This record gives sequence, C-alpha cells and structure tokens, in this order.
Amino acid sequence: MASKGIRDRVAIVGMGCTPFGEHWDKGAADLLIDAASECYRSAQVDPAAVDAYWLGTMGSGLSGLTLSEPLRIQYKPVTHVENFCATGSEALRNACYAVASGAYDLAMAIGVEKLKDSGYSGLVVSGPAGDGTDSTMTAPATFSLLAPAYAKKYGLDEATLKDVLARIAYKNHYNGARNPKAQFRKEVPLEAIKASPKVAGCLGIMDCSGVSDGSAAAIVCRAEDAHRYTDQPIFVKALSFIAGPAEGPMRQEYDFTSFAEVVASAEDAYKQAGVTDPRHEISMAEVHDCFTPTELVLMEDLGFSPRGEAWKDVVEGRFDLKGPQPVNPDGGLKSFGHPIGASGLRMMYEMWLQLRGEAGPRQIDHPKLGLTHNLGGAPGRCVSFVSIVGK
Amino acid sequence: MAGIVRYGAYVPFFRLPRTAFGAGKGERAVASYDEDSASMAVEAAREALRGAPEVHGVLFATTSPPYAEKLNASTLHAALDLPRAVSAADLGASTRAGIAGLLLASDLAASGRRTLVCASDVVVGAPEGARERVGGDAACAFVVGDDPEAIARVIGRASLTEELLDTWRTPDERFPRAWEERFGAEVLGPLLREAAIRALQEAGIQPADLSALIVDSTNERATATLPKALGVKAEQVADTLSLSVGRSGAAAAGLALAHALDLAKPGDRIAVVVGADGADALVLEVTARIAAGRPRHSVARWLAAKRSDLAYPTYLKWRGVLPFEPPRRPDPDRPAAPPMHRSERWKYAFVGSRCTACHTVNLPPQRVCVACGAADQMKAEAMSDARCRIATYTLDRLAYSLQPPVVAAVVDFEQGGRLQCELTDMDPTRVAIGDELEMTFRRLFTVNGVHNYFWKARPQR
Repeated sequence: MASKGIRDRVAIVGMGCTPFGEHWDKGAADLLIDAASECYRSAQVDPAAVDAYWLGTMGSGLSGLTLSEPLRIQYKPVTHVENFCATGSEALRNACYAVASGAYDLAMAIGVEKLKDSGYSGLVVSGPAGDGTDSTMTAPATFSLLAPAYAKKYGLDEATLKDVLARIAYKNHYNGARNPKAQFRKEVPLEAIKASPKVAGCLGIMDCSGVSDGSAAAIVCRAEDAHRYTDQPIFVKALSFIAGPAEGPMRQEYDFTSFAEVVASAEDAYKQAGVTDPRHEISMAEVHDCFTPTELVLMEDLGFSPRGEAWKDVVEGRFDLKGPQPVNPDGGLKSFGHPIGASGLRMMYEMWLQLRGEAGPRQIDHPKLGLTHNLGGAPGRCVSFVSIVGK
Repeated sequence: MAGIVRYGAYVPFFRLPRTAFGAGKGERAVASYDEDSASMAVEAAREALRGAPEVHGVLFATTSPPYAEKLNASTLHAALDLPRAVSAADLGASTRAGIAGLLLASDLAASGRRTLVCASDVVVGAPEGARERVGGDAACAFVVGDDPEAIARVIGRASLTEELLDTWRTPDERFPRAWEERFGAEVLGPLLREAAIRALQEAGIQPADLSALIVDSTNERATATLPKALGVKAEQVADTLSLSVGRSGAAAAGLALAHALDLAKPGDRIAVVVGADGADALVLEVTARIAAGRPRHSVARWLAAKRSDLAYPTYLKWRGVLPFEPPRRPDPDRPAAPPMHRSERWKYAFVGSRCTACHTVNLPPQRVCVACGAADQMKAEAMSDARCRIATYTLDRLAYSLQPPVVAAVVDFEQGGRLQCELTDMDPTRVAIGDELEMTFRRLFTVNGVHNYFWKARPQR
C-alpha cells in the first residue's frame, strides 16, 4: 500500500494559457475556447484527436457540458472536477492517470474561472445548505493567522516579519513584470507593498493575490508517444494530492506554522520522483502564494528551507528569479490573480515554458526539475497538490 | 405562597451617552448589533439557572420579539438546553408583560410548577424622540417556584385592568406613539396607587415598611408621582437604573428588582408596581436564603463592564433605522431548517462531544473523533459555561460586519477542544493571544427573515 506514482510514464505535449486579468469582454466559454485552441496548436493536433477531457472549475459551470458545449466537442468524455483552489491541478492529475492507464491515448486537462462577473470584492464561495454555525472568516483572514504564529515561533519581530512578507510580494511582482500573460505587469516598490491598506491581520492588500479571470490547458499522452507531437515534451515525474482530516481548527496542538497536507504531498511527490534533497534538486517551483505568509510557510513545508529559516532565504534572495532556487518565476498568484480552476495549469504552463527554454526574459539557466504546488482551503484544513516535472 | 427562587440580569456591553441625542443625563444601554431580546434573555436566564432547581416551563416577555410569528421562548429553551418536556410560551405586546409573567408564574407555583420567567427588550424609538432617549436595552430572568425554597416570597399582589390609549404601536409600525402625557398621567397615576395599596394590604404591611419601591409605567409622570402618592420617602424608592440603562421595556421593572435583590438583606420588603392599560403590583419579602441565591453577575457588575464610545449613527445602523451602503460582499447564506434542527444542541446550547475512547473534546460534535478516529463513541459535552483562551486571532477587514473589523479568533477551551469563532463586545485594539474569554449567545445575522443564532466568545465581564 503506497502511492506508487507514474514517474516518466506520461508527457505533456502541448499547453495553452490565456492572459489572466479582468476580461470584461470574455465569459468562461470564451476563455476555454482561447486556452483550448492555443493548446491544440501547441501540440499540433486536431481537436478530434483528443480522446477525453478533464475540466477544472469551481464556480464557472457544472458538468462536462461547460466545456463540450462551447467547444462543440463531438461526443467525447468530459469530466468536471473540483477540489477547491487546487482544482486545475486535479484536472491535470486525472488526465495523466487516464492516459497512463491506457484507457485513452490523448487527453486534455483544462481549467477556467470567471471571477470578475460576481461584482463582489475578493473570492466568494457558497456552500451547501447548513446550520449557520460554520466559521465565516474570509480567505485573507484565515491565512493571516500564519504570520503572527510564524513570527512568534521563530522569534521574528513585527518589522522583520513585515519586511520578509513584503520581499515575497516584491519578488513575485518583479517576475510578473516580465510576463506578458500576467494580470499585473509592473514592479512594485517594497515601501508601497508595506504601506498598502490592511485587509486582515498584518496583511495589506499587496500581501494578497488578485482576483482575475483566466484559463489554461495541457494535452497529455503516454511518454512513448510524446515525440509524435513535439520535440520538447516535458515528463511527469510525480503527482501527489492530499486531502487532510481538517484537524487544525479543532485541535489545540496545531500552531499555524505549517500545512501538514503540504508536507505529506511533498513527501509523497519526492518519493515518486526519487528526489531526496529538494533544496538542491528542484531547479524551480511555482507555488500557491495566495497570500505572502503562505509562500513563506510553503518554503519550509516543501523542504526548500529548513524549519524556521525560510524567512532568511527569502531575505537573502534564494527564491529570486536569479537566485539559486527561483520560486514563482512567472509572477505567481500575486501577479496572475487566482482564477481557481485555471491556476494549477497556469503554474504548469510556466514549467512548460522554462523546461523548453521559452520563458524569454524570465528564462532560468538549464532547469532540470520543476515543481508546482497548489493549495486549497485554509491553514489546518486544506487540500494540497504537488507535481514534479522534468525533461 | 410562591416566591422567587433564583434570578439573573443582563445589561449589554455598549452604552450610548444621552449627550449623543443632544439632551438628557447619563447613558442608555444598547444591545449590540448581534443581540436581540431573545439572545439577551438567554444571558440573563443562564445567570438565573446556574445552581437553580429544574424548571417546568419558560415564559418569555418582550415587546420586541425577534419573530412576530414563531415561538421565541423556544429559542431560549434551546439555548438553555432545557429538557423537551419543559413548556414554553411568549408574552408580549405590553411593557406590563414582564410582571405579568411573574404573576402567572406565582399562580403556577401553587400547582407545583416551577417557571423560568424571562423579560427582555430592545427599545427602539423614533430618532430624537423621548422613547429613544429614555429607553434602554436589557434583560432579566427569575425562577419562580414554591415558598420554602424562595429567596424572596410573594406576600401580596394586585392587578387592575383598564383599556387605555397611552402608548401604542401597530404590528407594521417601527416606532410607538404616545398620547398627550398629561392624560395618561391623570388616569395611570391613580391606577398605580390603587394596585400598590391593594397589594400592600394583602401583604399586611404599610408603605413605610418597604425597603424598596420599584415603579415602572408607560407614562413618566405617572411613574414619578407614585412615591409621593403612597407617602414613601425618597430613600425607599429603588433605583430603576434610568441613568445607566434606561427604561428597558418589559424588562425594566424586573431589572430594577434584580438590582434591589442584589442589595437586599433578609426581611426586606420590596414592592414592584407596573402600569400600562391598568396596573400590576407585587410585594415580596426577602428570605434568609438570599445570600446563597444570588447570581454570579450582579447588575452592578454588568453595569461596570461597558463601552460608552458608541457613535450615534452606528447605533442607528445597528437598529436598522439608518440606511447605509451595503458591502461589496454577498449576503451570508440563509441557514436551513433541517440542518439547524439536526444540530440544535450544538447551535443553540453549545453542546459539543467528548470521545469516550481518548477523551478529546470535539467541537463541533463529531461522529468520528478528530484525535483517535474512534467512530460513534461520543458523549455530549456542555461547553456554554466553559472558559477559553485566544490561541491566535486576526482582524478581518474584508468580512462584512455592522461593527468592523470582525475579530476572528481560534480559541482553546480549558476543558479541551478548539473552536474558530468570532469575538464580540471588545475593543479590537486590545485583543491579545492568551486573553481569557467566555461564551455568549448571539444573533449572528438575519437573512430572508431567518435569524441565525450561535455562540461567540467575549472578554470576561
């Protein structure tokens, strides 16, 4: 009994990604058409060649019809998946398993979210009918709990903590400024980040990812078929998905300085990929920087930094674009916003570009292994996805 | 005869100085944005029931019922985790309803039934009118039962009824109206006096024998004239808390009675006279049991723990009088009847579960233990009186609230268990990890006419 993985058995042979932003002129259907079209072109396949689809969206539609109807997919299986903010990654994971099993030769994973039609600030999620006793804390509020807990545990004063968090946002905006598909394409000075209006706890608006619309897609096949479609496929080394028992909000032992689900999914993924020293073996990563303290804690949960020392690595520039282990080279959620169903595939799109040497001004020198990490829920009660890909 | 066995009071945390209305002395108590007559009655009743013998029925008196149709006493019943066989009924439509409840409960005591009588009101008047200025929000509760267990015995009573248009409001109106004050004073004044004299006669005592005279009526002039009409001295007239709470509708006389009981000594006689469409009078004699029968919170203690910096426009928003720009956030989901019914003991009474295999407290109650995974081995764990401390917290400025920012915290209970909940009645600039808190029953919000009640944590008062 173990997570055995499908190391090097599946390849990504084409990807597409729309610009992320406030697409007032496009609905979810338009975004899906744009991402899918780019993806077909990238893999140089006719839509009819794709045997099955996995569609990830949390709130922009129900059922496979959300995809098959606008694309006029001709009587093929389309599976709608939802797994909180890791929805896009979950679509990819299931598509990979489908081709690895031999059930299909070519599958597409596609994610979309149209957030800017709601008219509300921040992310809005409506759950099933309930008894009215569930916590109604907003996402920034729940993730803001990480910051004071981390600072207290590792002895950071308030000013240092603020500097560290601002440094994360600064880095991600620096990268996003070099990405034509990002929602925010401007560098933001550290002082402006630190002075931004408060949203929750010590988090200012510049500690939060934006709200945007977007879609991204990948076409996958068995590894042995990859070169039929492209000279530069990327290969799936590991896929791990973990849903936790949600004990953080109920157990006094939980101290809000780690995501147990992330630790578990990272361990699983490293085992699948044969990675023993992630700090040195992982060339680059796209991680779920929904809020700046999340990225800080993730550096430790993913094993990039020793416990209690991620803040030093952040300040020393370890995760900068030109640093030894770039994190969020595309700009992250911070620059892209977070259209739920699309984000996980948008992360993979950057790995695709980087591993193929197509990342332009953001190109990292000779990356070997890339990691994507996608998180959904709240500290202590979440789902976590980790993938590792390489050439 | 019957008597009061236990009692309790509740005065909300917020006060509005009367200078905010441009006139008047002192301040009025203001129910917070997350309180209503039912939630305040629960707070008073928790005080009265602590250490009390079991009750057979609940009466809830208010002129500001949260539901115009649907029992409100059942909200109290559920929040107090009373057995199903305890009856529940609402009394209302008049500020006399509170003393009416005490008189009814006295009658029930004769047939061996012990009754919890709660009176509570959120008093709303038209802006800049007298009712807004002199009114106040508060609650009181009494367990009324048989004589031998009483801390105060009923030794005399009287009721008079006359149809009288003094203060009135139709169901579709926000604010009550009042007839010319002089008319009401002329008619109600003598009724108050007559009821008082009849009750004193039944008690076999003279006005001069009273240690406290409590008077409340819909008519300020009539109220003011009774002491003189009875010939009682100024020092015999009880403090009805007009400068610190305000006239709290159906709860006013009972709150003053609770305050008088806080200060009473055995043998004291207290008269309560309440006028509206007639008058009711009750004469009580304090027994030797009083010292052991007092609640944890005296009225004075409730009065001392307060915040008096409420802005008048905020007050008007809380009461729904002043329209304001809605947030760019969706309305909260309306709680659904079946899940509310399934989780009644959690939602209303704050009863969690404790695993019998590993003794971990699970909040909310679970079937599978969060710590050891044992399935269906839980027993109920009452948490409403449990103390807790802030494990961590945040100020949520995105979440919508009538008193932003929302103070959201993770709290750890002394007896085990952790909960993520909202804090209330506090100064957001003074919250700190490790602060000790206690639980309070609140109305979180109202959507589509459904009141969503649940518990929050507040600093100890």
